[in-house]
Parts: sequence; structure tokens; C-alpha cells
Amino acid sequence: MSLELQDIHKSFGPVRANDGVSLSIEAGTLHGLLGENGAGKSTLMKILSGFISADAGRIALDGTPLTLSSPRDGIRAGIGMLHQDPLVFLPFSVLDNFLIGSGRRLRLDREAGRRALEETAGRFGFSFYPDAPARTLTVGERQQLEIARLLWLGARVLILDEPTTGISATQRTTLFEILRSLAAEGMIVAFVSHKLEEVEELCDRVTVMRRGRVVGESEMPAPAERLVEMMFGRVLVESEPTPPPFGEPVLEVDAITLRERTLTTSELSVSVREGEIVGLAGLEGSGQRMLLRAAAGLLQPESGRVRVRGRDLTRRGYRDFLRAGIHYLPAGRLEEGLVPGLTVAEHVLLARGAMGFFIDGAAAREDARGAIADYAIVGTPESTVESLSGGNQQRLLLAMTPPDARLLLMEHPTRGLDIESADWVWTRLLERRDRGSAIVFASADLDELLRYSDRILVFFSGRAVKALDARETTGEELGHLIGGKELV
Amino acid sequence: MNAHSWLARVGTIALPVVIAFAVALLLLQLADAPPFEALGLIWEGSVGSAAKISDTLSAWVPLTLAAAGLVVTFAAGLWNIGVEGQIVAGAVAATWVARELPGPAAVLITAMLLAGIVGGALWALLAGLLKTRGGVNEIFGGLGLDFVASGLAIYLIIGPWKREGVASTSGTDLFRPEAWMPTVGRAQFAVIPILLTVGAVVLVYVLMRGTRFGLRLKAVGKNPRSAHLLGISTERYTLAAFLLCGGLAGLAGAILVSGVFHKLVPSVSGGYGFLGILVVLLAGYRAAWIAPISFFFAAVAVGSTQLSLRLDLDSSLGGVLQGVLVLLVILLGGWRARRTRRRMVLMGPERLMEPEGP
Repeated sequence: MSLELQDIHKSFGPVRANDGVSLSIEAGTLHGLLGENGAGKSTLMKILSGFISADAGRIALDGTPLTLSSPRDGIRAGIGMLHQDPLVFLPFSVLDNFLIGSGRRLRLDREAGRRALEETAGRFGFSFYPDAPARTLTVGERQQLEIARLLWLGARVLILDEPTTGISATQRTTLFEILRSLAAEGMIVAFVSHKLEEVEELCDRVTVMRRGRVVGESEMPAPAERLVEMMFGRVLVESEPTPPPFGEPVLEVDAITLRERTLTTSELSVSVREGEIVGLAGLEGSGQRMLLRAAAGLLQPESGRVRVRGRDLTRRGYRDFLRAGIHYLPAGRLEEGLVPGLTVAEHVLLARGAMGFFIDGAAAREDARGAIADYAIVGTPESTVESLSGGNQQRLLLAMTPPDARLLLMEHPTRGLDIESADWVWTRLLERRDRGSAIVFASADLDELLRYSDRILVFFSGRAVKALDARETTGEELGHLIGGKELV
Repeated sequence: MNAHSWLARVGTIALPVVIAFAVALLLLQLADAPPFEALGLIWEGSVGSAAKISDTLSAWVPLTLAAAGLVVTFAAGLWNIGVEGQIVAGAVAATWVARELPGPAAVLITAMLLAGIVGGALWALLAGLLKTRGGVNEIFGGLGLDFVASGLAIYLIIGPWKREGVASTSGTDLFRPEAWMPTVGRAQFAVIPILLTVGAVVLVYVLMRGTRFGLRLKAVGKNPRSAHLLGISTERYTLAAFLLCGGLAGLAGAILVSGVFHKLVPSVSGGYGFLGILVVLLAGYRAAWIAPISFFFAAVAVGSTQLSLRLDLDSSLGGVLQGVLVLLVILLGGWRARRTRRRMVLMGPERLMEPEGP
């Protein structure tokens, strides 16, 4: 038995999330799908499970072509998807969660279900109280419940999307054992991850994706350097002209601990001086965004102090940080940075923060035209921001940041931008740096981190594991540290 | 507004209006009433004479005031269901002034109108604070406060403010004549309320189109997270929107007690607040459209009372007409939005992480 995906295409607007992906997974092998965030893994797996439809391409299971237009079709074809957040209804009992989505008969046979649950659970050494509410389960146990349910529904293919996020080390070990035994029984198991370490530990074979395409396949074990190179591309570092010397400290973060949802960081300390660029590396959700938000006054630290230009702003509001010249440019440009429905001119007006009750329409348009010319935005003052491309949205966000900002905190400053736009954005950022602004940015692009940072702070699961001098490190070293491994 | 979107807006209103009238005609046919005669009666009864126009305008005033206020709260992204209670609060405040304050008509009526504005605004502020400080959704907070306001009015009417001798839910004693809104001519046009209403619509229109306040309010309504990052205090703007809407609703309440009932009655708001929500939905949240749409609603409501007088039909037919109309407009709007959204709905967060196309 094998699962074949042929030439899968999927675009979201102008973005090609899957650009001709072909993949074959044999039964009995644990197949890893590796790639950094945004490589197109999740899109591919959503297509495979019927959650979204491909624009083009063929899927065949055991030689039979499949038409998947909803997750229901996926389940019927025997494809079970374990989502990153297990689909568990928290107020329901364990048993009800197990039975949900089962059968098409009106009557719910709880007793048969109870026996099936106990049998399936027994097979894998799970222990559930069928009548306990699902909210009492840990994330790992919810996953186990979901696996039991999918197997009971007759899944022949099991897809796991980043299954190790938020579960304990013991549960991870249990999960890996289960996956190995399922594969040994002849199931098709696809394990999606951006963590090199896990794929190395678990998989027999790995496919690496980057930017919507399959860039390589390999039997495991394979040299880590090769996988890193496939994931991130060859990293070339060019030397930059010497920037002006650093000035006074702009931001001093002293041993802060941050907590947001499930992640609590260790004590983080960093000091950024005028004219300095600090890059934050790490997998998505390792604590970089939290540090940026804490430095902007958007996330209150549980302990520790934050000083801006010598002034203690710990536990002060965002607006105090703003007044001190700190500007935060989020990754979600339309979600957090801009206001969909409003025009470019209206954004420029909002950002200028000028006083005066009435709006001078002519002056506002003139102002917007100035910003459009200065920042080479493709659009008119009357364009709504959602009609702009991602690159132009980023340009507008930059145009809205006052030129005298002392510190720019940026999340993925060039994510989703083509190379030309990305270069342009960095040219403007370096100009600001040369005038004494400091920049702290988080990025998943190793090239960007190495090329523009003075220092790089590497994050791994809430800890700043290493501070690197960007001029003395290599893409390989950085790639390993991001994956949680020291290069020996 | 350019010509194309203007046409589109007329289309989204005209098409449902035509269908709504067709449904009304069908209903009349089913009720064995002569349909076109009935529609003629509605016309006659709403704009057929100066007196009828005056009646229609006295319904138009509170409806338009409430709708004008609601344009502001909708712009801030708020469903101010509490508008009905804010009208009642304004009416109660104005009644208190009418009962307590001595003085000539000019002073008294001015004070009543101001008291109405303050009463409605404070009642709305309550809903706003419940939202910003208590985390209570404004729909539920507002609905609860609606009941509290109407309970308060009834308590006052049968309690402290009861009529001499008898306590009756038919209302308080009539105000003294100085507290009656002056009218003009035999048809009794209430000129002051009409001018105030026109002023309110212009105020809201200018506020939303030409001021920094309106722009920031829209930003808060469309994306509070971005607005916050732009340094706008979302709480302050949310509360300001509530205050403005409550003030206009309260003004409507004061006009109702002073100009229509001349006393406080239990159901003083008469559903103008809820109807105002429908008017704003129909107007596509734009101030420029609320005056004519309110007038149409007021005319149908006033005109359909003729049906019961002349054709022995229930006057609720007017309500049916309004309801069908709003449903159709919302249905068409929803259908259109769905069509434009379909292409975007599956664009998950991944699109932000992918390389950009041409």
C-alpha cells in the first residue's frame, strides 16, 4: 500500500503555498515531512485530509484515485489527521469525544463505544476514564484520545501535524513508540515537523519542503548539515561596510520572565544600543515574539525590569513606550498593524497623531502622496490597505513609523516579500540605523539574520540559548542552534 | 461616493423594497383586502395631508435620532442594543426636570432636552463601562439595561410619580403646559425637534467623515488591535461612542415626553431604538442615508394605522412590511458579502509567510 500525491498546486491569492508537490509515502515507513514555518507542509496535509481542496493535482491511495472535498471524505477514505491542536470538545466526556463523528446511525450506542474505547486504549497502553470530562486531560492525553478515535474510525493513513507541541517528554516518548508500532503494522504514517531533532529520532525517510516545493528527499539517518541546507537553502554571507559605532543603550531588558498561554520564558536579558541591530532567531513560538512585545510594553513581564533610554518603564503601558520612541511592527500586517477598510491616506493621518479636530482633506492627500513617493508604495491615497500587496503594506507600515523612532521592534520584517521588496525594506532600515535608530527583529530567514544583525540571539522553547556575533557565526551553526542542537 | 457604489447602494435598497412590497401585496390578497387600495391608504395616511406629514415627522424624529446615534456606535464596532433603554433614560430624566424645575417654557424645555441628553448618555456609559471594564458584551449589557430602564420607568409611574389619587400604568400626570414642545400651524409641526434632528444627522455625518475623532473611531471599530498599536486608546473611543449615541437617544426620549405624550408613559421608547438599528443596517452604516430611510419607515408605520380604521385590517401589516424589507436587505447584503469573502476565507496565516507572487 502507498499514498501518492502528484503535482499538487494550491494558491492563496498571489501566494503559491504548494507549487507542484509530488510525494509518495510507503506503508510501513515512518515518513517525515520537514520544513520551516511557511514551507507549505500544513497546506499539503490539509489538502491530503480533505480540509482544503487543491487547485490541481492527484491523490491516490493504494492506486485508487481519491476525491477529497471535505474532512468527511478524508475519513471515509481512511485518512486520519491529527491536528496540531487536538480537536477535542472540552465540555464533553472522554467517551462522547471518542464517539463523535462515528457512524451515521441516529442512535448512539454508548456501551459498544465504551468497549471499543477500552479495547483501542488497551492496545496502546492508554488509560482513560470514559466518563471523565475531556477538559481534565492533558494535551498529550487529548492527542492519544484523538489517535484512538481515528484508528477506531478505520484510518489507514495517519497524519500528524507538529504533534509534539505542548506535550511532555514522557508523552512524546509514548507517542513515538505508538507511531513506530503503527508503522510496523503496515500503516502509512506521515509526521510533519519543523524540528530536525524529532525527525532524526523518529523517521525512516524524510521529505524536505521549502517555499511550497519539495526540495529534497532522503533515507534516514542522513547528515544533519544536508537537511539544514535543504530546509534553509545555501546561506551566503556577504560582508557589509562598517557601520557607525554604537551609541548609548536604548533598550535594557534585565532578567525578565514572560508568560503567554502555555509558554513561560526563562529570565531574558538583552541590551540594545543606538545604531545596533539585534536579530532574534528561533523557531516560531520560541519566545522571540514575547520578547519583542515585552520590549514594546505590550506584554507585562512577571519579573525583571525594562529600561528605555535609562528610564525604568517596567509595567508601564504601551503608550508610554510609544512616547519614548519605541515602535513595534508586527508580522500580522493586516491583523495588528493596519486597519482593513481604511485607506492609505487615512492610515497616514492616524499615524501622524496630529492634533486638530477637523481633517484637512487636501493636506491629508498631499501628505499621503508624499509617503507614497518616499516609500515607493504602489497605490493611491484612496487605496484601501487590504488591496495593497504584502510588500506595499510593509512599506506603508514603515512610512507610518516616525523617522525619529529610537527603536524599531520588528517581527519578520520581510516575510512574504519578494527579494526586491525585501532589499528595499532593509535599505530603508539601514538608513535609519545610520541615523542612530536601533533595530531588534525576529526572523526565520537565516540569511537575513546573518546579513543584517550585529548580534543574534537564538531562542529555543522560551530560552535565549545563545548570543552570537553575527560576523563570526555560520548559517550551519545557526540552523543547528535553532533546531535545539549544539554544533560539535 | 463614486457613481458606481452609489448605484450599488440604491440597488441594494430598491430591489428589496420592490420584493417587500410584492410580499405585502400578496399578504393583502390573502387577507382578502384590496391590495392597491391598502397601499393607497398607507400613502394617504402618512403623507396625504399636512397633518399626516406632521404625524409622520413626529415618528421620524426619534427614529432618526436613534439611528444617527447608532451610526456612531456601529462605526466603533459596537452593537448598541441598549439604545432602547437609553431613550427611556432620557425620557425619565426629562420628566424629572419637567416635574421639578420651575420657570418659563424656553428655560424648561431647554433644560428637559439637556437632561434627556445627559440621562441617555449616562445610561449608555453604563453599558460602555460594563464592556470595557467588566468584559460584558455590549449586546447583553445593553439588553439587560433596557429591561432595567423600562422597569425604572414603570416603577416611577406607579410609584413616586403616580397620578393624583390613582396609580395607573397609563402614565404620569400630564406636564404643565410650559413643558410641552411648542408646535407651528394647524398641522402642529414640531419645528424644534425637526431642526434638532437635522442638526444631529449633519453632526454625525461631519463627525464620521471629516474629523480625526471619526477616523480614530472607525479604526477602533474595524481593527481594535491595530488601533491600539497606533496609540489610540480603544477604551476612550468606545466610551465616547456610547456617550454620543446615548446622548442622541436620550434627546429622542426627551422629545417624546415633551412633544408627543406630554407625560411619562411606560413604553415611551415604543421600539424606536430597535427600529433604528434596522434603519442603520439598511443604510449600510452611513449617516447620509438614515434620514430618508427613517422617513420611509415612519411613513409606513404611521400610514398603516389607516388600515385598521378603514379596511378593518390589523395595523401590524406595516410592521410586517418593515420586517420583510429588513430581512431581504440583510439577506442580499449577506449573500453579497459571502460571495466576496469566499475567495479569502481559506487564506490562513500561511499566506503571510509565503513568497509573494507577481
